[in-house]
Amino acid sequence: MEVALSWYLTLSAVLFVIGVAGVLFRSNLIVILMSVELMLNAANVALVALSQSMGEVSGQVLVFFVMSVAAAEAAIGLAIVIAIFRNKLTVDINNINLFKW
Amino acid sequence: MGADRAILLIVLLPAAGAVLNGLLPLFWPQLRRSEALIGTIGTAVIAVPFVLAVTLFLQGFSEPEVVPFYTWMGAGDFSVSVAYRIDHLSLIMTLVVTGVGALIHLYSIGYMHGDRSFWKFFAYLNLFIFMMLNLVLADNLLVLFLGWEGVGLCSYLLIGFWYEDFKNSAAATKAFVMNRIGDFAFLLAMFILVREVGSLSFSAIFAGADQMSAGTLNAVVLLLFIGATGKSAQIPLFTWLPDAMAGPTPVSALIHAATMVTSGLYLLARMSSVVLMAPAVMAAIAVTGAVTALVAATIAIAQTDIKRVLAYSTVSQLGFMFMASGVGAFFVAIFHVVTHAFFKACLFLGSGSVIHGMHHVERKLRHEGYNGAFDPQDMRTMGGLKRFMPQTRLTYMIATLAISGIPLTAGFFSKDEILFKAFEFGYDGHAFAWFVWAVGIGTALLTAFYMTRSYMLTFEGTSRWPRAAAVHPHESPWTITGPLMVLASLSLAGGFIGLPKLAEKLGLSNWIHSYLASHGPVAEIAATAHVSTGMEIGLILLGSLVAVGGVWWAWRFFARHELAGDGHIRVRFGGLYRWWKRSYFWDEFYGKVAVKPVIDGAEKALAPLDSAVVDGLVNAVARMALRTSSMVRHLQTGVVQAYALAIVLGVVVLIALMAG
Repeated sequence: MEVALSWYLTLSAVLFVIGVAGVLFRSNLIVILMSVELMLNAANVALVALSQSMGEVSGQVLVFFVMSVAAAEAAIGLAIVIAIFRNKLTVDINNINLFKW
Repeated sequence: MGADRAILLIVLLPAAGAVLNGLLPLFWPQLRRSEALIGTIGTAVIAVPFVLAVTLFLQGFSEPEVVPFYTWMGAGDFSVSVAYRIDHLSLIMTLVVTGVGALIHLYSIGYMHGDRSFWKFFAYLNLFIFMMLNLVLADNLLVLFLGWEGVGLCSYLLIGFWYEDFKNSAAATKAFVMNRIGDFAFLLAMFILVREVGSLSFSAIFAGADQMSAGTLNAVVLLLFIGATGKSAQIPLFTWLPDAMAGPTPVSALIHAATMVTSGLYLLARMSSVVLMAPAVMAAIAVTGAVTALVAATIAIAQTDIKRVLAYSTVSQLGFMFMASGVGAFFVAIFHVVTHAFFKACLFLGSGSVIHGMHHVERKLRHEGYNGAFDPQDMRTMGGLKRFMPQTRLTYMIATLAISGIPLTAGFFSKDEILFKAFEFGYDGHAFAWFVWAVGIGTALLTAFYMTRSYMLTFEGTSRWPRAAAVHPHESPWTITGPLMVLASLSLAGGFIGLPKLAEKLGLSNWIHSYLASHGPVAEIAATAHVSTGMEIGLILLGSLVAVGGVWWAWRFFARHELAGDGHIRVRFGGLYRWWKRSYFWDEFYGKVAVKPVIDGAEKALAPLDSAVVDGLVNAVARMALRTSSMVRHLQTGVVQAYALAIVLGVVVLIALMAG
């Protein structure tokens, strides 16, 4: 059975929405970080699928860039989370709101 | 070396000295204490240009040479370039500025020894010479004006050199503000010239002058003259010069006697061919000069501060120079500038040497526990200094004789030439010149009197400072007496460059006349009626008699009465003496008429306007920003997810718009 392009794109959209929802509504910093990763990987799925269907290799090349950015982002994000945890002994985002009026 | 290279070096060496002496010690404080190094650099960068100027002078050239360096500004048809002009007039001025300047730099090494800001002093002095050279070498009025303002700035910096004392910085501000008035007139003259001639270079102005209407021409010359009264301390703008004595004495000698204050005369001599086309203004120039000379000379009689006597004497001598310019004898004015630079620099440096000695007396007195008031510049506490400072006394006496016009000294030739020219101009049918001549003769008598008085009170008679039997001043070091000797010799011999017309009978010619006027850039009036030889001899005899008589009279008078002589004069002249003593109440007059109304007006009318309208506007803007932000800032909740939600919603809206 041939897997149609629309299936891949649907999967990508679902993953992306899950990621957005996670970033917007969860309050644990680590879960938020994971949700960001999810959004990036949703974009990767879409890129690979489109590149395959259009016979264009540059989409797949772009995926490698996205993956390296994701790796860097994870490293820095986790480092920040650890630094915050050391200071406040919590990773709950509702307790981290210094920048308000 | 070509003239252009030489000019570049002459102008730029003092600037380099100013930068070296000003910047290196600023960033490298250990250097500030090495006075020998700073003094050597400071003097060398003036002495080398002097040597260069002498070589240029010895080479000789008949045509004026213009050395352009670069175009300063150009707009449409109007362009100004930084160009220097070397001709007989600028060369003579360069020789005086660098020659006398180098001597005074050398003198300053001794005089300023131990001062905390020794380096700053030399940086300012070098900067002054640089600006003064710009002034005298400029090929157009704008570069001249650059130098004109530059020397004004240096004058301000140096009058207020000891600015910790409020009196000194007030004197500096006064000089600066009064000079601004004259400079404003100078600027207006340049604006008119740009409109009428379209250029500020001298050759263009001279060529275009006869196309101007008589009224415009008169306005230009009058405005230039008002500019000159500011810088050269003539009535009505002369009151800053006596106060300028607050600066160190070498400054008084260099800036406020020998060079800067003569730049007004230089300006008139440079523009002489234009000035000659405005005879009405020339009469005003001559009469102003005559009145200034007389007024300043009478004030000088009543002063007790040794430097103030010399300051008023400078104003008076400048008045003589303006008389010469006003009767169309510009080269004589420059001649008197030169001789005056010699003897007045000598007098000022001599007074500096005296003050140096009296400071020594003051220190000793304080050391011995004397607590009374003591002013090292007050002639009333001097007297009998010839026993302790023989070299200073000798040079001061020679310069006194020279300024009094004792025959065969420098002052005799130049002052007599001025009086002769005034007489000749009167003989030629200009009535005002008779007045100028008569005032000049009277002032010459007063000059001999007050200068001899200052000499007698300082060097002769009994010593009047406290504990005079035990405490003695001492002679100054060679860096001080050396320049004095050179200047005194020049005061004796310097006059022979301008022999009177009578000398033609002996086959001798008037060198400075042929150098500046008949083979040089300075225009002069062709006299129609010639004064006979007999009359000329009579005039010379009269001039000599006045000088010798004045000196002899004052010498006898003060040798007998000493300090009490002042009392006798006061009794004799009564109310008039009070006017002299208080400088004719000029300062009080300006205070009432100009200073107080301005300050009152500012306080009563402008200050409320300032606080209500100007400050009100600024405060309103600030308050508005405060109110707006206090409303908008509630958007910053500090909840990161709220911001993210806003971004997501924004993206959704954007996509919806793009899809639609």
